Parts: sequence; structure tokens; C-alpha cells
Amino acid sequence: MKNNWWKVLAVVLLTYGFYFGLMGEVPRRNILNESIRNVYFHVSLWFATTLFLLTSAIYSIRYLRSNNLTDDIKAVEFTNVALLFGALGCATGSLWARVTWGDWWPNDPKLNSVAISMLMYFAYTVLRSSLEDEQKKARISAVYNIFAFAVFIPLIYILPRMTDSLHPGNGGNPAFGEYDMDNQMRRVFYPIIIGWMLLGTWIATLRIRVRALTSND
Amino acid sequence: MQELRTLIGKEITLEWRQRYALNGMLLYIVSTVFVCYLSFRLKSNQLNPLTWNTLFWIIVLFTAVSAISKSFTQERAGRLLYYYTLASPRGIILSKILYNSGLMIVLSLAGFGFYAFVMGNPVGDIPMYLLTIVLAGIGFASTLTMVAGIASKAENNAALMSILSFPAIIPMLLMVMKLAKNALEGLDRSVSSEEIVVLLALDAIVVSLSLILFPYLWRS
Repeated sequence: MKNNWWKVLAVVLLTYGFYFGLMGEVPRRNILNESIRNVYFHVSLWFATTLFLLTSAIYSIRYLRSNNLTDDIKAVEFTNVALLFGALGCATGSLWARVTWGDWWPNDPKLNSVAISMLMYFAYTVLRSSLEDEQKKARISAVYNIFAFAVFIPLIYILPRMTDSLHPGNGGNPAFGEYDMDNQMRRVFYPIIIGWMLLGTWIATLRIRVRALTSND
Repeated sequence: MQELRTLIGKEITLEWRQRYALNGMLLYIVSTVFVCYLSFRLKSNQLNPLTWNTLFWIIVLFTAVSAISKSFTQERAGRLLYYYTLASPRGIILSKILYNSGLMIVLSLAGFGFYAFVMGNPVGDIPMYLLTIVLAGIGFASTLTMVAGIASKAENNAALMSILSFPAIIPMLLMVMKLAKNALEGLDRSVSSEEIVVLLALDAIVVSLSLILFPYLWRS
């Protein structure tokens, strides 16, 4: 129990976040209306995705320094979790775009960047499956993973800010937090971010253990 | 420095000995341009300048991928092992990047000449457009050289090269196309300075990452 407190915390935070995210008071804004609740889910999912990709890149760097295969497994599993959360982030974003911008997939630089970075990480999984030798697979995919992360950050966080975008915080738009969120919302928003991060880490650790067990046979 | 010069010299000699590869690349870009010319059935001014620009960059992208994907595969494994004992990995990757940059600049300038010749030339600010081509050549070469290094380690090389390289090159391609569009419309040069800086920054990131990561790749 002593080492599992954070799993309990993840469940508590997410339950709290889901309950108040769906039932709590939200400010009324033009166009957004009730859909402003999606900020709890969509935005927080992407924050968590970025964290997992960062973790994965760090484990890849550690692999290159240590040549320890468990670091490689950790890097892969964090990428897998990031792909899952990224897909959920895309799905919630798509629903939100349908309601507020009138299109399931509007032609927006941030959406396109996201699609590209997802492709990039799917290519990572293809690259892994096309290599046979364990050490070689680990080394080459680690190199690619670091490379991909270095492309991911400008793609998601820098380039969309330079062009016109529908997203808040991009292309000269004010960021969301500046005046759309009130303190009531922040009380739900921050816990749910932490909740997702913990939940994803939990999924990743479970999968890492499964891998470690099956590879011992 | 000396090592770098020798390695680049080696790349050039190698290319010169296998001239069919270089001629092949030139022919590739010329025939692609010609296919576009025929399939659009153009008189020169029927094509919207934006489409003109996009089409050109797509041709350059495909040329770059096929030109650079051979940079690690044209030499046999035994010879690569020989270089491994002789030269430092940093020297190898830097020489390949520099050589490929030169190759890309030559290819895309030649391509641009022929493209403008058959498809008409709506460019407003030609020196700026040429500068864009040079910057794009360096950027594409540095990204693709690293990706080619990764792909050459796997069996299914050709398919892997395109799935790995297209996503990785898109930020650069978007910046280049924006810069090219500014030059095309002959906008004031101060408008483009931001794009140039971002492009150079992306180049710097990619080249420094290649220098750091290539030694690990090279060992296998």
C-alpha cells in the first residue's frame, strides 16, 4: 500500500475531476457554452501526452547511455500510452471542433501538426517491428525516438503559434486561461491533469511489468 | 577538418565514378517536371501561382527523398566497416550532410530552372526564391541524411525511408513553402525574416542532434 498511494490518488483525482467536470458550475461564454467543460478533458489529455513523450525520450537517452534493455521497454511503453492518450485527445478535440467550429476536422495548423506527430510515432512502432535483433532494435529506435521528440516540440508548441489558428493561445489569440477560465474551473482543471498523468503512468508500469515477465520465459 | 575534407572528397569521387546515379537524379527531376507539365496541360499562365509553388516543392521533396536515401546504401557493408575503423562518426555524418546539402542545392536549382522554363515563372523576388531553395536544400539534406542512416539499418529500407522521413520533414517543408510564397508574391523581405530564423533554428537542431546521435547509430 505504501508504494501504491499514487494509484489511489489517480482514481480519486479523476473521479473528482469527472464528477465536477460534468456537474460543476461553469462560466457562460459565447459560442463555447456548455462545451467549455471539454477543456477539462481535451486540454488535460494533451498535457499528459506531452509528459509521456518527454518521459519516453528521457528513457531513450538513458538507454543510449546505459545499454540496459529495461530502459528501452520503458521508452516503448510510454510511447504507447502517449499514442493512446493522443488518440483520445484527438477524439475529444474533434467533438469539440464539431460543436464550436462546425467541422469534425477543421483545417487548422495545430490539428495538422498533431496528425503529423501521431504519424511520426506510428512510424516509430513500424520501425521497431522491422528490426530483428533486440539490441539493434533498441538502439536504433532510441535514436529515432529522440529525433522524433525534437521534431514534436516545434511542431506542436512553436509552429502553430506563428500562423493563424483557431486554437486559443496560437497565432496571436490569447491563451485560454487568460480570461475564459475562472478559479472555479481551475480547481477542477489542475487535479484532472495530474490524474491523467498518474493514470497513464500506471498503465505504462503495468505493461512494462507484463513485458518483463513474458521476456523471462 | 582535414578528415572532413577527405571524406567529402571521397563522396564526390564516388558520385563521379557512378555518374549514372547523378544523371539519374537529374533525369528524375526533369521527367517529373515534365509529367506535371503534361498532366496539367498548361499554357504557362493558367496555373495559380500558389499551386505552382506547391507543386514545385512536392517535386523537390520527392527528389530529395530518393536522392538521399541511397547515401548509406550505395556502399557495401564491408566498406562501411572499413570507414568505421578509419574515421570518427561525427566526421562521417557531417561530411554526408554537407555533401548531400551540396547535391540537393544543385539538383533543386537545376530543377527550378527547368520548372520555370516549362511551367512559366510567376516569381516576384527571384534572389529571395533562390535563397529559399538553398536553405531548403540544406534543411532537407540534414534531416534526410539522419533518417536515411536510421532506415539503412532496417531491412525494408525504401518503404521505411518514406514513412520515417515525411512526418519528420513536414515542419521544415511548411516553413520553406511559406518563405517561398512570400518570395513568390514579391513581399518585402523584412516579412520573411521570421521564417528564415525559424528555418535556420530547425536546421541547427537537426544538425546538432545528428552529431550527438549518429555515433550510437554508427556502432551497430
